[in-house]
Order: sequence, then structure tokens, then C-alpha cells
Amino acid sequence: MAEAAPKARKFRGRVFIDWNRCKGCGFCIEFCPPKILVFSEEFNSHGYHPPYLAKEEACTGCDLCGLYCPDFAIFGVRVPVGVESAEIASTKA
Amino acid sequence: MLTGAHFLDGDCACSEGALAAGANFAAGYPITPSTEVVEHFAARIPTVGGVFLQMEDELASSIAIVGAAWGGAKVFTVTSGPGFSLMMEHLGYAAMTETPLVLVDVQRGGPSTGLPTLPGQADMMQARWGSHGDYEIIALCPNSPQECFNLTIDAFNLAEEYRTPVLVMMDECVGHMTEKVMIPLAEEIKIYPRRYTSLPPSEYLPYRPGPDGIPEMAKAGDGYRAEVTGLTHDEHGYPAMNWQAQHKLVSRLVGKIRGNADRITRWEEKGLEDAEVAVVAYGITSRVAERAMQMARAEGLAVGLLRPVVVWPFPEKRIRELAARVHAFVVVEMNYGQMVYEVERCAGGRARTLLLGHGGGTVHEPEEILKAIREAAA
Amino acid sequence: MSTFINPVEPFLRADRMPHIWCPGCGIGTTVNCFARALVESKLPLEKVAVVSGIGCTGRVAGYLHLDSFHTTHGRAIPFATGLKLANPNLHVVVYSGDGDLIAIGGNHFIHAARRNVDITVICVNNFTYGMTGGQVAPTTPVGATATTSPYGCFERPFNLPFLAESSGAVYVARWTAFHVRYIAHAMVEAFQKKGFSFIEILSPCPTLYQRRNKMGDGLDTMRFYKQHSVIKNGASTHEVDINLQSDIIVGKFVDIERPTLQQAMEQQLRQTLKDRYVGWGGA
Repeated sequence: MAEAAPKARKFRGRVFIDWNRCKGCGFCIEFCPPKILVFSEEFNSHGYHPPYLAKEEACTGCDLCGLYCPDFAIFGVRVPVGVESAEIASTKA
Repeated sequence: MLTGAHFLDGDCACSEGALAAGANFAAGYPITPSTEVVEHFAARIPTVGGVFLQMEDELASSIAIVGAAWGGAKVFTVTSGPGFSLMMEHLGYAAMTETPLVLVDVQRGGPSTGLPTLPGQADMMQARWGSHGDYEIIALCPNSPQECFNLTIDAFNLAEEYRTPVLVMMDECVGHMTEKVMIPLAEEIKIYPRRYTSLPPSEYLPYRPGPDGIPEMAKAGDGYRAEVTGLTHDEHGYPAMNWQAQHKLVSRLVGKIRGNADRITRWEEKGLEDAEVAVVAYGITSRVAERAMQMARAEGLAVGLLRPVVVWPFPEKRIRELAARVHAFVVVEMNYGQMVYEVERCAGGRARTLLLGHGGGTVHEPEEILKAIREAAA
Repeated sequence: MSTFINPVEPFLRADRMPHIWCPGCGIGTTVNCFARALVESKLPLEKVAVVSGIGCTGRVAGYLHLDSFHTTHGRAIPFATGLKLANPNLHVVVYSGDGDLIAIGGNHFIHAARRNVDITVICVNNFTYGMTGGQVAPTTPVGATATTSPYGCFERPFNLPFLAESSGAVYVARWTAFHVRYIAHAMVEAFQKKGFSFIEILSPCPTLYQRRNKMGDGLDTMRFYKQHSVIKNGASTHEVDINLQSDIIVGKFVDIERPTLQQAMEQQLRQTLKDRYVGWGGA
């Protein structure tokens, strides 16, 4: 992953979580390289605790979480710094 | 196409029939007395365009042809008793997925390994009921090499028209006897084309039936991204594990054949106009029975012959009609009783139903059929 | 304002989600790798056909938005053989489980490898028959418990890469569900490879195999794979047996060239029939 000097990053990462698809397996949390995904206290309609991004600024958008997720419930993207909002396209289960 | 007059055995005639129908993919496994069908096809197909692959067993053969059909090929396979048993799962799979294919069973003595080189007719009920679950089957029964040619073409056409597997139930005698076979010009052979959809992928549903209860077909590689499964499924082809989907799907699968039984079934009759005894026989046995019928007529007995050509669906209506006016049916078959039950069922007790059956390995003698006719007439 | 889509989403039949796999099952992970591999290899998607057998992994075909065929138990490979021969322009992928491909499907597996049928076979190995409740499989390690081997499996399991190589496969690799990037890369290589390509992917079955054998849940198993896998590309396949005591050897073991079934068939027929041979480009 290309990264400029820490103070002048061109990209940042964002994750999108499909709250109700998650089955709380923990793969994404385990294998996130900066370890910034954490189980949330709330649970979804199936009774599982989906993750949330605890430290947004440390996310690189590597999408390893997405690659591991067996339920297709999370993915990460690299967003150019300065793009203020991004929306998930679809995927309500 | 080898147009012209030939001297062929039934197996080779069947193979030529497949070629004439446009078959371009066959998978098979050697089993006496059917092997010549695929041997002949293996020799011919690379000179006309197509593939033959001998698979590692009948399980592979019967599913490889289903795969090839979904790749767009016109397919068939060939076997005899033991292989027929092995192919049963995939016969049901083809019925469930509505895959057009032809499966030829050149019957031999059974059960089990039985008499590989001698005839039998003991797979007839298995043809109807061999796979598990509810489904209907179409099965044709040639009694000569010429019919092996003709009925194989008919089998392919029925398979396409009803989007279903179709059986050709030969026997070793018909398969190995050599007779004149006329092969017509290619233009004279009517081919029922595969019912491919003309809808774009966004509008197409692989298992949505048309007005006649039969869905349009697609093939892999055309962008339809269809799902094909042996699980009970909905119109998308998606598995649907509930009784409503089961009733909807299976009733349609059964209905598309049952509802068209009158159009599909076929038989030949001789001398039934004034008959008091009706002989029912199919395959090679029908030829012996015809001789016996002639001998009986010469003795003054009013005997006729009904020869089912399409055995499944069974010509129920005709049997019922005849039962009203004949005294007895004499069912002659090379088994210990299979099609006789159909005759008896349709006769409904209004006429006696007698079986002249034996274990196969040889054909009946005309005299023994004549004896049975005399007993029936008495 | 930008919109983002999960990279796996275009490959899924959205109306069939959620899938039936258990929490912590690795099959879904392999599907992500498959989607990524399809993107990277730039295969035309209308020409990709997925053929599955019966079982948990066998459900993959039904969830993918591609020409998909859910066939009978053990017979995905001969179905795929027929499909590929009928339309050689298709990229045919067999995606099924260890029980389906190697037990009931074993005969077809070795013959297709022998023939070098040009298909990619992805075998998700969870050491059990998951769909039916966790019975012993030809891959279950000695000593492991299963419902039909309640006192511990006593049969020596198959070494799948060895089986594949000795049968004639031209590409053989093994990875675990932990090795997501390697899996995707292996799939790309396998798609591009002409001939019988085999990828074994070890996966947790948390509900059955793992639970019965007190191996924790899916995450514990993934951690186990991470700890106990040793990458040995080019290792000799007869040395990569899996047992409960040793490390798991993963990597790309075989990558050779051999004429495919189609090529061999055409060559032989052309040689013998000369100009009587009518070639076959597809139905």
C-alpha cells in the first residue's frame, strides 16, 4: 500500500459494515492489521455483536476485513483524503 | 448422414438415429449388449463434428451428458441393466432439472449381472419407476433395427419438446439383429429444435413455465447466469425448501407428461377390429407374437395384436376401450410380469389378463404364444 | 459524493442472502477470494460456470451470480467435464467439499486429473461431512471424532495434494482459510492454467468438526492455521500429510504443463483421421 509521510496522507480508510449480516465470528477483528476493529456492545437482529471501527484515523482501507469476512458483512475502502462523505451502495440483507 | 439403404444391426441403427437427430455429444461406458452403439458413435462422430468420451463409469456418463446439455449439446448415453441401475440417480436429476437427453437401455437377462449376451425385457418397470421420487418418463420400444433408427430420432424430439429425459428401451435381440435400415435424406428428418428462450437475461426465469407448462431453456455462456439444482426449486431455480414449492414444481413436472399422455403415447395394432383375444407385446417379443397371431387366425381364432411403441406413457385409453369388448388380454413379455400389471390395471377387471412371461435369455416360441391364445379364447 | 460496494457483492445473488453457513465457517471467506480472483484475472463473467456438488461447500454455486450448477453428490467433476467439452469457451470451476469430491466423487476426481480436463477444482476441506451433521470423511485425521466414528477415526486419511499430483493434476496448491491473499492468487493462477488445477483450502467447521474435537471455534481455528502453517512452495506432495500432531504444510506444490483432454483428443484424432477429421469448437 502506498503511503505518503504520516503527516500528509493522500488516502484514508473507511469500513462499511452490514450490521445485520454479521455473525460475530471475529475474523475481521483478529486480522485487521492496525487492530482497530472492536466488538460493539449492541447486538444485531440475530443476536450477534458486529464490529465497529474504534480508531477511524488508523484505518488504511486495506480491506483485509472484507476479504476474511465469511458473511460478506464488512469491507474496507481507500478514500482520497478530502472526500467528505461516502455511502454504501446497497447490501441490506 | 448416411442416406440410403443399409444392412445394420439395431445398435448401429440406434447410433445412426442419434447422429441423424443431430446428437453431438455422447458419454458412455462399455456394457454388453449396448457397447456397439457407442463404438459406432465414437467412430462416426469425429468425422461429423462432436465428442464422444468413454467415462470411468455409468455414474459419470449419465451426468457428463447433463453437463454437456447445459453447454448446448444434444446428448445421449447407452447402457444395459446393471448400468441402467447406476444411472437412475441422474435420470431423476435430469427430470428434476428438465434437461433434454436420451438414454438407451439395451435390455439383457437380469437381475444383477444376469445374461449379458442374451435378451430380456425386465427393465420396463424400472424405466418407469427406477429413480426415487415422483416424476414421469417417456420410453420408446423399437422392435426392429429400422425402428431403432426411427424411434431414437423420435426420442430426441420428445426430449426437446417436453424438456425431459427420454428412454429408448431396446433388447439384446433387436440390438444385435441385422436387417435393412433405410436412412432418409437429412431434409426429410424432422428435428424438434431446443426450446431456447429469446428473452434477455434480465427477464428470463429458468423454471418459469410457458403456457404448456414447459419452461424455456438457456445454456451456460450466454449471460443468463441461471441456477440449476436438483433441490426443489422455484422459478428462479433457487432452492425452495417448503411444501408449497414442492407441490408447485413436482405437479408441473409430472403434469407436463401426464397431461400430454394422449399425444405422446403410441401403439400399433393388427387385427383388433373383431378380436376376442388381444395379445399385447413389445420389442422383439411383438414379432414372435405377430407370427402366433397369424397362426391363430389360421385356426379361426379372433385374435389381434396391440404393440405399444411408446411404452411410457402407457396407452391406457386404448386398453380400456378394448377391455370393454375383448374377452382376454394375453400379455407376452420376456420377464415374470411387468407391463402385464399396466394392462391389468387398465382392463379394470372387464377382461381377463393373462401373462405369458419367462426369464428371458431367449425369445418366446410362436407355439407357446399360440397355446396361450387358445387358452384365453376358451 | 461516492458510492462504495462490497467487492464481493456483484458476484452474489443478493436475493439469496443471507447464506446458510455457520458463524466462523470458512467457506464464505473462500468466496471472497474467488470474487477477488475473478476480478484480477479479468475473466468474462458470462463465460464462467460454477459447478458444485452436495454439501455445505456445494451451496457455493447457488450463491454466486454466475451460470451455476448444483449437481448430484460426487458428480460435479464429470458434469463439469461434459459442460467444458460441450462449450470449450467456458471457464469451468468446480467448487465443492472434501466429502463430495474425494469420497463419493473420488473416482471422478482421479480420472479427470488423469485426463487433464481443463477445469479448476476448488476443494474446501473441513475434514468432515458438514451438511449432514459431521460424519467421518476420507480426510478426517486419525484420532479425530466424528458422528460415525465416535471413538476416533481409525482410517488413514487421503493426502489430497498427493492424490491430485499422482493422478495427473498440472496445478496443485494447498492453503488454509487464513491465507486469503494466497488463495486469491492461487485461484488466479488456476484460472489461467490450462488443464486440471486443484486447490485445497482448509476451513473451520466450528459447529461440528471443531466443536466435537474441542478445537475451539472458527476464530480459534484460524489462529491455529496462522500459527501452525508452514509455507513450502514446491514441497514434495507425498510429504504433506495432515495429522493432529504436526504443522500443516501449505503452498503451491505442482505447476507443470501437459496437453489438456481437449488438446490431446484433437491431436490424436487429427493425426489419425487427417482431413476426415471435423474439429469441434463447441455445441
